[in-house]
Amino acid sequence: MTDAHYHSIRFDASACHGCMACLRVCPTQAIRVRRGHAVMIEDRCIDCGECIKVCAKNAVVPLTASPSGLGGYDYTVAIPSPALYTQFDGEVTPGTILQALRNSGFDEAATLSWSCGAVTHAIELYFAEYRGPGPLISSFCPSVVRLVQIKYPELVDQLLPVLSPREVAAREAKRKAAADTGLPLDRVHAVYVTPCPAKMVSIVDHPGMEASYIDSAVGISDLFPLLAPVIREVQTSHAKVPETETAAGLGWAFSINLPSTLPAEDTLSVWGLPNVLRILDDIDKGKLQRYTFVECHACFEGCVSGALTVENPYVARARALRLQQSLPKRDLVDAAEMRARHERGEFRTTVPFAVRPPSPLGRDIVTAIARMQERDGIAAGLPGIDCGACGSPTCATFAEDVVMGEAEQAQCVVLRQGQLEEQLARLAAQGAAATQERGREIR
Amino acid sequence: MTEAEFVRAYEIVGADFTNAGRASTSIKETLKNMGLASALIRRVAIAAYEAEMNTVMYARRATMTLHVTPADVTIDVQDEGPGIPDIQLAMQEGYSTATAAMREMGFGAGMGLPNIRRNADQFAITSEVNRGTALVMTVHVG
Repeated sequence: MTDAHYHSIRFDASACHGCMACLRVCPTQAIRVRRGHAVMIEDRCIDCGECIKVCAKNAVVPLTASPSGLGGYDYTVAIPSPALYTQFDGEVTPGTILQALRNSGFDEAATLSWSCGAVTHAIELYFAEYRGPGPLISSFCPSVVRLVQIKYPELVDQLLPVLSPREVAAREAKRKAAADTGLPLDRVHAVYVTPCPAKMVSIVDHPGMEASYIDSAVGISDLFPLLAPVIREVQTSHAKVPETETAAGLGWAFSINLPSTLPAEDTLSVWGLPNVLRILDDIDKGKLQRYTFVECHACFEGCVSGALTVENPYVARARALRLQQSLPKRDLVDAAEMRARHERGEFRTTVPFAVRPPSPLGRDIVTAIARMQERDGIAAGLPGIDCGACGSPTCATFAEDVVMGEAEQAQCVVLRQGQLEEQLARLAAQGAAATQERGREIR
Repeated sequence: MTEAEFVRAYEIVGADFTNAGRASTSIKETLKNMGLASALIRRVAIAAYEAEMNTVMYARRATMTLHVTPADVTIDVQDEGPGIPDIQLAMQEGYSTATAAMREMGFGAGMGLPNIRRNADQFAITSEVNRGTALVMTVHVG
């Protein structure tokens, strides 16, 4: 399934009471409040989920699958993001969590450990051959990819064309399940246990691929209440659970495990969309060519702080570090096998990354010139305080919205206040003149 | 019928490294918002950025003006500053009067003016020592 206009979040008008919280945090100015409710500008939204994080009314709904809706397939494999392992209090190992997933109705639960190692090798092999302009930009966070496609179309060719660990893990798990059960591949359903709604975007419409290997995603926050009691059952049963996760896999919960052939001083790691925007701006200006690789995460603490996680991200990060220490540090990847599969293109994206520029102010240049002039004229008369009361996030976006007929200048409360004050002053002056006049008559 | 023209002026302050690059970012966003071709935008954006950085590094202040007509995009920059005594020399690739501190910040490769000329379809520069420099670069839309 591909749908170029798909979004993984929806605003629920019945729950939204029109506060400005989401409007203010949206990093791409993709939200407006119209007639008391938040609405999305579809060609600007990058599905980062910042609006979900700040909404106090649960009016921003992620379109992930409901855990109860996952039945009905011949064989279902759960593939948890490493962020899932950091969400439970106490000494809960990844093996216990995987077993709890199997006990809760999934036919199998697979880790990202091998695929994380494989992708690190694939990055190393790709860089050994790459001769294009630097730096390359990580493509594993779907929100970062959408941001580049929308706002930095000149940089799409600098997105790393290597598959993400979750895609590689889903492919391998499906192949294994098909081989184990004799089922055809398309009857095996891969479900990603996701820390954010953005992963839904790459499932429905994967940039750089014809189709994703993952079939659906369930949010950690939806699964958490169901999984917690099953985890306790697994712990109290003292059943021996296999421990298949590795330290490297856990590391990917908050950053990319880069190969040693990319020295840290030649790479940049950037967290949080405001910072990602600044870095992409600099790359766009050609300023960062001395760097080989820029790792970009939409969320400030990496995937452990995704909009669908439940634990405090700093606690989750500390837990990931503790788990890393207790898990085996072995590299599961066989270098010779890896090279052969790399040469067959098994870890590469298959189609170029597309650009998705938002629609311009006018369809032809003459209209665009007229509208841009009008926009500047309107903007010059606005207070420039970006209060948001008009329903647009900034005075500049409001001016554009007025030009495009999506807002009216009278919605600016500051301008209206000024007009009211003038009117009152005029009335007061008229009143004073009338009193004086009457006074004269009496005399 | 090419009377339509969009004009916007930006004030650039010398030595203001905190805001350096904002005017050229805004120019780029504006051209994108007007639906111009991405290759053209890139050429204008590079030239605008180099011109903006020249002001920040060498001049006291400047006005950078963006003009868009259906036929061309023009950037003109009028600065108040030391001026350029030998323009021919300044146009040579690799020639720079950047200080050690500027080079430390990654500037001063002597590519600024050559880069502006390379990205322009039309280019003109005049300068008066101790007064300032005026630069006009145009890229054709067609």
